[in-house]
Amino acid sequence: MASEVARHLLFQSHMAAKTAGMPSQLPDSEQNQKKDNTRSLTMSGHVGFESLPDQLVNRSIQQGFCFNILCVGETGIGKSTLIDTLFNTNFEDHESSHFYPHVRLKAQTYELQESNVHLKLTIVNTVGFGDQINKEESYQPIVDYIDAQFEAYLQEELKIKRSLFNYHDSRIHVCLYFISPTGHSLKTLDLLTMKSLDSKVNIIPVIAKADAISKTELQKFKIKLMSELVSNGVQIYQFPTDDETIAKINASMNGHLPFAVVGSMDEVKVGNKMVKARQYPWGIVQVENENHCDFVKLREMLLCTNMEDLRDQTHTRHYELYRRCKLEELGFTDVGPEHEPLSLQETYEAKRHEFYGERQRKEEEMKQTFVQRVKEKEAMLKEAERELQAKFEHLKRVHQEERIKLEEKRRLLEEEIIAFSKKKATSEIHQNQSFMVPGSSLRKDKDRKKLSNAQVLEGGSGVGEALRAGSLSSRARPVLQR
Amino acid sequence: MDPLRQPPSPCSSRPSSPRTPSCEMLGYVGIEAVLDQLKIKAMKMGFEFNIMVVGQSGLGKSTMVNTLFKSKMWKSTLPGLGVPTPKTLQLQSVTHVIEEKGVKLKLTVTDTPGFGDQINNDKCWDPILGYINEQYERYLQEEILITRQRHIPDTRVHCCVYFVPPTGHCSLRPLDIEFLQRLCQTVNVVPVIARADSLTIEEREAFRRRIQHNLRTHCIEVYPQKCFDEDINDRILNSKIRERIPFAVVGADREHLVNGRCVLGRKTKWGIIEVENMAHCEFPLLRDLLIRTHLQDLKDITHNVHYENYRVFRLNKSHVLPRGPGWVNLAPGPAPSPASPQATPRTMKVCRWTQDNSDDEY
Repeated sequence: MASEVARHLLFQSHMAAKTAGMPSQLPDSEQNQKKDNTRSLTMSGHVGFESLPDQLVNRSIQQGFCFNILCVGETGIGKSTLIDTLFNTNFEDHESSHFYPHVRLKAQTYELQESNVHLKLTIVNTVGFGDQINKEESYQPIVDYIDAQFEAYLQEELKIKRSLFNYHDSRIHVCLYFISPTGHSLKTLDLLTMKSLDSKVNIIPVIAKADAISKTELQKFKIKLMSELVSNGVQIYQFPTDDETIAKINASMNGHLPFAVVGSMDEVKVGNKMVKARQYPWGIVQVENENHCDFVKLREMLLCTNMEDLRDQTHTRHYELYRRCKLEELGFTDVGPEHEPLSLQETYEAKRHEFYGERQRKEEEMKQTFVQRVKEKEAMLKEAERELQAKFEHLKRVHQEERIKLEEKRRLLEEEIIAFSKKKATSEIHQNQSFMVPGSSLRKDKDRKKLSNAQVLEGGSGVGEALRAGSLSSRARPVLQR
Repeated sequence: MDPLRQPPSPCSSRPSSPRTPSCEMLGYVGIEAVLDQLKIKAMKMGFEFNIMVVGQSGLGKSTMVNTLFKSKMWKSTLPGLGVPTPKTLQLQSVTHVIEEKGVKLKLTVTDTPGFGDQINNDKCWDPILGYINEQYERYLQEEILITRQRHIPDTRVHCCVYFVPPTGHCSLRPLDIEFLQRLCQTVNVVPVIARADSLTIEEREAFRRRIQHNLRTHCIEVYPQKCFDEDINDRILNSKIRERIPFAVVGADREHLVNGRCVLGRKTKWGIIEVENMAHCEFPLLRDLLIRTHLQDLKDITHNVHYENYRVFRLNKSHVLPRGPGWVNLAPGPAPSPASPQATPRTMKVCRWTQDNSDDEY
């Protein structure tokens, strides 16, 4: 204990020498101007906070870990077998068919426990990748799936009442990309898929079924693959080299990428041990033999050394990028038009105002249109009414005129009738006078009487007029006879 | 108590849904190496801890801080000399980086000189609450930026140590009760009986019982809160601690020779009170609680419960304004509940966005 104190004191004395010029403590810390003078301090005894990392670890153990792996590769390339071999257990049995019309993703979650570590492992497999004749849409479902997981996390984070510590993190932490062992170069589909995934997830490319390539071919193949990836700007996951304890091993592993792996759960007797291997007539390929394949390296890197870093990168790099893009898409910025810092809330409220105003405007517009239409309709109806009215009047007038005309005509007709009958009477009288004696004047008188009666009966002023207009004789006679 | 307080504990319970079958691994894989990875990452990043000490002047707050961290955080003021008592409550913060066995701890201690010293101490807790809420606000603002920092600096108060004067009387003073009621809803509070060397062991016990009774009567939940006990082990451990709260502590930063050993203590005419001796005072319990066992837990509860409560309240508060909801709702989730009426201290919170006249008392 004393030696440690001494070591601390020595170290601190260096620091003290550097910071000797600093003023004594007791700064003012009004709320907005807290000066952060983090001076190193020496302690004169053992305080005990070296247990802090242990406290943190205990908390994490209680919470449990979760890790999500996405396996992308063609059907039958050995994804499920490799996962089985990695985790030393049999996850799933059946093989998938080659005849799916679209690429689907199938996620399965398992709980593993090793000593006191509980791991919730999710394996996401691409089903039907590379099987279609037209592979243009092959990578899109994968990108959509990864985005959907980010989206779900973002939703949870933006909720008002959220429970992040309870949240089952389903974001993909690592993507194992299986390259088929042609020995030549990357397929176009592989390049395209990796290019679209590299900004969203940590990609670790692996050469599957590596027992199909010989050692020399393998070396050339690896170099070819890496150069292709680099020249196309695909960013694969680099194992971190900033911490001294693991920097060396990580750096050397970085040189072995992509790992050439062989997966097998079958056990074969080699020597006097049972090892996981694949048996061929010409030999036995041992999975855990570093000379045969890079499986051990992969397991080491993926699980033992860098699991935490993979999760960290996913959260701090890929997720933040997604979040930033998504929020910017919605129109939120950190800096306003005058370059003063904006907050999400202000922006949102401003937007809401905007939308609200727009809605008001639209409502007004609609109201106006409605009123307009009503007015128009009214006007139309009024117009129609007026027209009808006019027509009616017109018709009435016409009717009246016709009636007058008809009356006229009738009068004229009657006059004519009277004139005609008068003429007829006079002509008959003359005829009778020419043939008969004067004694028949009674009969003539009777006739005349008949005539005049008839005339009187025919009535109307017309008759009177006719009589007046007629001769004297006819006028005089009815007076006498009456 | 508080309807918005999350009932489940900060740590998630073990999942046991039928959709996640547990698989037997046939051999060693190496998953447990993740613990080492965690440790390495934590050591590299360092830890942060913010503690606030509240109490009347002369109760030994600065000395206690110095004793806790075995270093001269502050010049402890002797009575009668030094800085006169401030007229109003001011908060002073000081930050240090201390290191032990490769573990770096950035420690921030906030002192509150002038608390409870005036004649009229009405609303003397407002500046303190304001300060705590301001730290939450700062964190919230950092968190909702579009381009966030990788590691948001944590200035939130993780623990508030409240010094109760050793009157030995029947109950807590009204000031204490008012303050504790308000503060326990916002931050983890650990009450201690200060200057316990003026009480005998029996007096201490009696005082402690009365204080516990008082706390129960007024429904004040101090740390460790019962509702956050996760499983049976936690409960057993925490009940033991709850039995002894409030700790009767003595602070000292001078060393004396006792039986050939050099110990921290107070020298009086009738003897030397050893600070680290359990028979003399309960300082080791306080130190263990704060530093050795529950530091991470304090931080977790602050982050998962108090900060989330503040966040909910803060985001819901905008509902009260006629201008509309104050948060992004990207998905058609359930409509956020309107701000439920909480205890009155909430209305005294500082809020930068509202244009109404909030109680800006500092």
